[in-house]
Amino acid sequence: MPDVASSSSASASPPPEESWRRVVDASTRRPVVAFIVSATVWLLIGSLLALIASFKFQFPDWWTQQPWLTFGRIRPAHLNTVIYGWISMAGVGVGTWLWARLLKTELRGQWLLLLSVALWNVGMVVGTIGILAGYSRSIEWVEMPYAAFAFIVPALLLVVVSFVQTLRKRHVHHLYISVWYLGAAILWGPFLLIAFLLPIYSGVPEATANWWYAHNILGLWITPPGLAAAYYFIPKVIGRPVYSYHLSYLGFWTLALFYNWAGVHHLVGGPVPQWLETVSITFSAMMIIPVIVVAVNHHMTIIGHFKKLKYSPTLRFVVFGAMSYTTVSLQGSLQSFRYWQEVTHFTHYTIAHSHLGVYAFATMIAFGSIYYIMPRVTKWEWGSPRLVSLHFWTTGLGVGAYFTALTIGGVLQGFQMLDPDVAFLTVVENTKPWLVVRSVSGTLMTIGHFVFAYLLYRIVTQSGTRPEGPTYFYPVPEGTFEAAGGNGQPTGTAREVEAESDR
Amino acid sequence: MTRIVLVFLGAFAAIAMSFTALALLPSLQLSTIEPTPGTTDYTYDEQRGRDIYMREGCMYCHSQQVRPAGFGADQQRGWGDRGSRPGDYVYDETHQIGTMRTGPDLHDIASRQPSRDWHLAHLYQPRSVSPGSVMPAYPYLFEVKRKANVQPSEVTVPLSAEYAPPGDSVVVATHEALALYDYLMTLELEPLDDASNP
Repeated sequence: MPDVASSSSASASPPPEESWRRVVDASTRRPVVAFIVSATVWLLIGSLLALIASFKFQFPDWWTQQPWLTFGRIRPAHLNTVIYGWISMAGVGVGTWLWARLLKTELRGQWLLLLSVALWNVGMVVGTIGILAGYSRSIEWVEMPYAAFAFIVPALLLVVVSFVQTLRKRHVHHLYISVWYLGAAILWGPFLLIAFLLPIYSGVPEATANWWYAHNILGLWITPPGLAAAYYFIPKVIGRPVYSYHLSYLGFWTLALFYNWAGVHHLVGGPVPQWLETVSITFSAMMIIPVIVVAVNHHMTIIGHFKKLKYSPTLRFVVFGAMSYTTVSLQGSLQSFRYWQEVTHFTHYTIAHSHLGVYAFATMIAFGSIYYIMPRVTKWEWGSPRLVSLHFWTTGLGVGAYFTALTIGGVLQGFQMLDPDVAFLTVVENTKPWLVVRSVSGTLMTIGHFVFAYLLYRIVTQSGTRPEGPTYFYPVPEGTFEAAGGNGQPTGTAREVEAESDR
Repeated sequence: MTRIVLVFLGAFAAIAMSFTALALLPSLQLSTIEPTPGTTDYTYDEQRGRDIYMREGCMYCHSQQVRPAGFGADQQRGWGDRGSRPGDYVYDETHQIGTMRTGPDLHDIASRQPSRDWHLAHLYQPRSVSPGSVMPAYPYLFEVKRKANVQPSEVTVPLSAEYAPPGDSVVVATHEALALYDYLMTLELEPLDDASNP
């Protein structure tokens, strides 16, 4: 490992300005497109599975003859396709592009990454069919059978190899905070997966290991690429450096140290040793520090530039995601307390919370990042600003309605369950209207995903005539994005924000 | 340049610590735990039923964790006379504690609903015994056959006229449905001797 560092940083002579960015972007083209397109296919599959699962609450006797369509199989299939298929592969796709850009060097190990995509997709097919066919491991967040992970773990390790090779050839001295997050995630992801796949757990200890794992997949594998992207794209698009480097380091280390202890709050009030719950609640509360730090840093960066949200798809999606990160994390800290767990544990409130995290935060940032990256790797532009706008509003309003309905419905459900005078079937009856809202908002989000997939298809195949200039929602007044080199412009021309960090 | 090493080492140390504390230590701490009274290893049929429980994802709507007195209203609801203990789970190769209660907790279901007829009817068509339930029906765990073809060894499911098959057909439980019932009947929390009742 020390070798890695010493051998590379000496060669700090990037290719001449202007051309290096084009060369670096081009070197990431194949793996980035492969990861993002695959991720999007799994997003569509995962969305359809989600809709089936959700509508089953309105029509419990719909599609019950076929075992593979029963709710208890469709639901984990949804979770695994969106977590391991969509957001993980999108994270690697976006992360790969950022990694090469921020290290100012061509991507190494492109073929390893292409092999990784192939293995990963095979694993996902095996896993999804496995769950539907009745081979679920029935452990939340790792339902896919071992056979699926036999493909996915090697796929992840190939990504690690490519990232390390690229890191060794970097042309920068200073490592921007996004590199920290991505580098740490690429270590944490495989560690988590391998540690929890070990066949050494059973009974109650398995439950604590389970939530250590599941919570950390969110916090240490899905969150870091999201934050890395937010730290890169917000300053990039608005054209000013990030507010404080010191805060960004503080945010990183507090996340790294606190987050991974928080998971067992999923078992508060359960049959686990008391000290475990207390530790987890304590660290959940301490998570307020990294969250506030990141929120302040992003807010102070963007302040005074909010009008740019009107024009730039990337900025709009990413800022939506960054704000959701603050919300979901503060909510997470508060809901770990015993009093609130007593009410909300076991209810739809938790489902709302998890979608605020994986969807409103991570998925929206992934969308925003993809809107920025794809024109640069395909040398084409997005077909239609109106469709991008439709995508934003269907997914933004969709997840907003989803979160609101399930939060209210879940809290009501929780309080009613605490009252033994309310019959259980009455509690069930009272949640039904909120579950209808979930199906409707889920439909809205799914429509958005198909719009996005269509736009992606158009840009990857370079369909039609090449649209003019970068894609904005509205005509941009002169000078708005000058400093940043534009939002959708194929190659940056003005000064680079991340280059400033080299000082 | 040393900084990247620092980031990796720090990130690794952070996760290794929590892994040890949250995943490995509980295994050690609870490795010597005794099963609670009434908790026995699963028979072949019970384990088979448990596999079906896992395969069909019952966990996504039913927890197996009675909350302790003073935390929630599980015991007042009649879901168990005591909170669940780690010793209740010692034979569970894969835990099914669960995090969701779209349906009621099942950790003590055998005490409050031991009827085989009820469970089989409920699995075949939940709304036949629980009006307003959103639980899926599991018709594929049953067979519909002519009354004349039913073997003496087979178990017929009693159903109200509204949900019974037409004509002279009846609903017969498959081995899977019976095994699932056998498993559900292992979910019973016996009282503990010690005075402390969490």
